[in-house]
Amino acid sequence: MRFYGVLLALFLIAGSVTIEAGEWSGYVGLEARYFVDDPLYAGQEQHSQSLSFSPEFYQQWQDGRFSLTFSPYVRQDSSDDERSHADVRELLWLMVGDDWELRAGLGRMFWGVTESQHLVDIVNQSDLVEDIDGEQKLGQPLINLSLIRDWGTLDLLLLPGFRERTFPGKEGRLRLPLLVDTDQAMYESNAGDQHVDVALRWFQSFAEWDVGLSGFSGTARAPLFTNGFNTSGQPVLIPYYEQMTQWGLDIQLTREGWLWKLEAIQHDSQSANYQAATEGVEYTFYAIMGSEIDMGVIVEYLYDSRNGKATTPFENDLMTGFRFAWNNVQSTELLAGVISDMDTSAKALSFEASTRVGSSWKLSGRLRGFSGLGADDLYYPLRHDDYLQVELARYF
Amino acid sequence: MSFFIRVCKSSSMLMLLLLVLSPLATVVAQTPEEKGLAIAQELERRDDGFGDARADMKMILTNRQGEESVRDIRLRMLEVPGDGDKSMSIFDRPADVKGTAMLTWSHKVESDDQWLYLPALKRVKRIASRNRSGSFMGSEFAFEDLGSQETEKYSYKFIKDEMLNNLDCVVLERDPVDRYSGYKRQLVWIDKAEYRLQKIEFYDRKDSLLKTLTYSGYHQFLNKYWRAEEMNMINHLTGKSTKLLWSSYHFGNGFNEADFTHNSLKRAR
Repeated sequence: MRFYGVLLALFLIAGSVTIEAGEWSGYVGLEARYFVDDPLYAGQEQHSQSLSFSPEFYQQWQDGRFSLTFSPYVRQDSSDDERSHADVRELLWLMVGDDWELRAGLGRMFWGVTESQHLVDIVNQSDLVEDIDGEQKLGQPLINLSLIRDWGTLDLLLLPGFRERTFPGKEGRLRLPLLVDTDQAMYESNAGDQHVDVALRWFQSFAEWDVGLSGFSGTARAPLFTNGFNTSGQPVLIPYYEQMTQWGLDIQLTREGWLWKLEAIQHDSQSANYQAATEGVEYTFYAIMGSEIDMGVIVEYLYDSRNGKATTPFENDLMTGFRFAWNNVQSTELLAGVISDMDTSAKALSFEASTRVGSSWKLSGRLRGFSGLGADDLYYPLRHDDYLQVELARYF
Repeated sequence: MSFFIRVCKSSSMLMLLLLVLSPLATVVAQTPEEKGLAIAQELERRDDGFGDARADMKMILTNRQGEESVRDIRLRMLEVPGDGDKSMSIFDRPADVKGTAMLTWSHKVESDDQWLYLPALKRVKRIASRNRSGSFMGSEFAFEDLGSQETEKYSYKFIKDEMLNNLDCVVLERDPVDRYSGYKRQLVWIDKAEYRLQKIEFYDRKDSLLKTLTYSGYHQFLNKYWRAEEMNMINHLTGKSTKLLWSSYHFGNGFNEADFTHNSLKRAR
């Protein structure tokens, strides 16, 4: 709580400086999900509706030298109590100096370059109930000093406090046979979820090359599971968060229509020491067949040295994807991809499309599915969870 | 006058006259290409030293049926001596792209470096800038129409002098050097008094007239730099048009390289 006291003090200092008008923006989204197959587990439903609200308040002082961003997030889901949740995505105070920036509060940041998975991106916890792709993140308590120098940008991070991963509840789809009981979460560190993690990242652009090197030491974002029982005696999975260190490298080469990407990590924890990497290319064909449509072709190879023992489903997999941008007034876009396991016939398919409607509405659709899942596949419990999702959002 | 005609009747006297009026002689000897380049260089020279600028841009897209959609973008620019300018574009409208920002380091000859900030994922993406001929946000402006117009990006040819809107103009042809440009050539009208762009005709790769851009409402800043308040692009092929309305021009903001980095892109508002 002392941390939030410091934050409050910073806001009060800010309040005594010249005040410029703050502004609100954000969206309200109405989402419907339809699952193609009958549910596997008792209590699950065939379809669900969900309402999400994502406002953002931004205020700056002294022409942006100081600023405050507050973006809460709320979702109300018709079937899954765990998916109905609220979070503070950002409550971030920013100070900008000549060659440094200081951020404090709850924030989000993204590290990395690849599309199929984000190995290097370690700071924020995944808000898994939002989407199984893990791209939606929870706000992380952080103090971040950025030094911007000729030799690159160095980000130093102190991460006081840990955010637990979210998991679907009993009525939720896209879950394991046993429920994850987050109330019983266990930690390797005696400090539990109060462990202070540290991270750093160096980033530099060299002409066509963008290079990042990162390090992290602290509580693993992905838990291991142990078997246990909940308060009513039902068998459950109990998340166990290890201490870990991770070194990461991310590189992108941008040349004409080509993007070449690499992310590689070295992970060390009590349970495993391993390397993982994603490497690939994206090539864009512009104005295909005389139209305004651009088509990008993405190929990425996903590797994990643990092989079949990996705690992620991607250890020797190939992602192939197509990205279409219509370059029209509605900014219509489509991304279709399939990740194929090169050792089995398992495939994960994804199809995302969006288009603006009028000036402030956005309609998006998503299709996710799995095929050829074997009984030992990590996605096997989701074999009946192919789904179609449609969302209509009003931006303000 | 009669004296002039008389001496000119003698060819030797004519040679002498050319030698005496040597500055004029170089003009006479100039090829259309040299003259075109000289005018383009003068246009660029007159814009040298602006240092930095910021401005608000409203983009009004009109389709064939007359339906409008609007984009609001704020721009910050930094002059980089010896290279292309650096710029930051911050999107305010439509609402679903609010907070998106684009950083461009343009170069005289090589491809520009370009990064896009996606606020929903807090992600900075380096993007391929080869797509110079693609539409900017669904408008009739291509990226290359809005990018930094370095002299080196074209080869030039003087075509003719012509009056346009009561302004004495020169008409140049300029051919893009970049093989990925969407144009074979452009015809550019520049007024002789102040070297301001007045009109550009864009000819596609098949050399047919694709678009016409007209500039209006010029204002002078710092007693030197002219900026148009309105730029109107009409696509003759589709009947669609895009109008750019510029406002809140400010020079001398004290921007430096640090305001045009990866980090400043992430916090651009």
